[in-house]
Amino acid sequence: MRKEFQKNYKQGCFDPCQQTEGIQLRDIQVKEITEAVRDMCIQINHSLSQDMCRVFQKAVNEEKSELGKQVLSQLQENLEIAETDRIPICQDTGMAVIFAEVGQEVHLTGGSLEEAIHEGVRRGYQEGYLRKSVVKDPIYRENTKDNTPAVIHYSITDGDKVKITLAPKGFGSENMSKIFMLKPADGIEGVKKAILSAVEEAGPNACPPMVVGVGIGGTFEKCAIMAKQALTRPADQRSSIPYVKELEEEMLSKINQLGIGPGGLGGTTTAFAVNINTYPTHIAGLPVAVNICCHVNRHISRIL
Amino acid sequence: MEKHLEIPLKEEEIKNLKAGDYVYLTGTIYTARDAAHKRMAEALDKGEELPLEIKGATIYYMGPSPAREGRPIGSAGPTTASRMDKYAPRLLDLGMAGMIGKGKRTKEVTDAIVRNQGIYFAAVGGAGALLSKRILSSQVIAYEDLGTEAIRKLEIENFPVIVVIDSQGNNLYENAVKEWRQIS
Repeated sequence: MRKEFQKNYKQGCFDPCQQTEGIQLRDIQVKEITEAVRDMCIQINHSLSQDMCRVFQKAVNEEKSELGKQVLSQLQENLEIAETDRIPICQDTGMAVIFAEVGQEVHLTGGSLEEAIHEGVRRGYQEGYLRKSVVKDPIYRENTKDNTPAVIHYSITDGDKVKITLAPKGFGSENMSKIFMLKPADGIEGVKKAILSAVEEAGPNACPPMVVGVGIGGTFEKCAIMAKQALTRPADQRSSIPYVKELEEEMLSKINQLGIGPGGLGGTTTAFAVNINTYPTHIAGLPVAVNICCHVNRHISRIL
Repeated sequence: MEKHLEIPLKEEEIKNLKAGDYVYLTGTIYTARDAAHKRMAEALDKGEELPLEIKGATIYYMGPSPAREGRPIGSAGPTTASRMDKYAPRLLDLGMAGMIGKGKRTKEVTDAIVRNQGIYFAAVGGAGALLSKRILSSQVIAYEDLGTEAIRKLEIENFPVIVVIDSQGNNLYENAVKEWRQIS
């Protein structure tokens, strides 16, 4: 270490950010990211991903209430109209939430990544006839008129690729989301109670059938981000952790016994899926975040 | 029960509507959501006139996406009504007849509905593309600077809604959930 330091220390100039020799970085122009974000904004607001279409169809087949069935088929018709006539599925085309996973062997060129993402959102929402739903300040509330800024979560990953996931989030359901800082003694029963109470309180406000994203563990903010990220997992793909998979299935069944039903008008389909992500946590805590999404659970990814 | 009704709604028709009735509305309604309600409340506080004739009016809690060329409006589904709960009783007391939105209302709103013989309908949340097709025209009549939150006058035809709170205060959400609930 000391030798290394002496080697680099030349006439009082030490470069603390020296690059290790021998690693080939892959160049990616940030304008490609702008293009990808723009396209994804337009695409996902007009047609849902296939996993969502599958859970919709399953619900139509299984719903027991006649009115519930009628609402579900109306929602399916809505999806068809949206795609054919190029009308957004829902007028609330959301605040753009972006997960940017950047490979550590990538060299981004041609500008700032952050600005490139915002520009993609700006162009997507303007060129795609999407609603501008973002206000500049939470108190003074002046509309930014281009739906920027996006909410961006970055992570550095292995490899030489950039993966961008876009999940435009409507606020009917976002407003019904909750964080619970449980005690370790509350255990799994406490977690179940928390999830169920959040869904019950959300009821018709969150445009059921919902997709319920849950984060368990980590810290206050980590569990919230996990809950959001859980919503981007295919709705019909269960967790790879056996007890979490069981918990997802049990919670879906319990939620569907609440009776809220499609549109909140009563029935056996209150949620399409419960997606749970977990993370290690502190000896003193058991954070649980429940991020509720409506039936228009938009998520789309692109790898560059 | 399925019904077809013309808007403005007549007092007698409102009285006959029951929570759970499926209704197709045709006629003129007005849109207003959070920011427009705040401005209307400020106008009333200052003793100014409202930008629409509230007596007998039906307000749709909705902020559309922009219209493509050749279309009157973009996606146009209901927003969560509870955010307007703070303002709704006052408007009902001034004669507003109906509200179209989605989701729960407070007891104060239900009381004001009963007191004034009003009505609260829900449109299916998240069906904005489908509902857009039942809107024949849209015209901004006030607060244009609010963009999607401006007050719009809409002509609707066979616009599908369901009665959630009727003039007697019966609540479909509460009754329906009880009927289907299988968990204690």
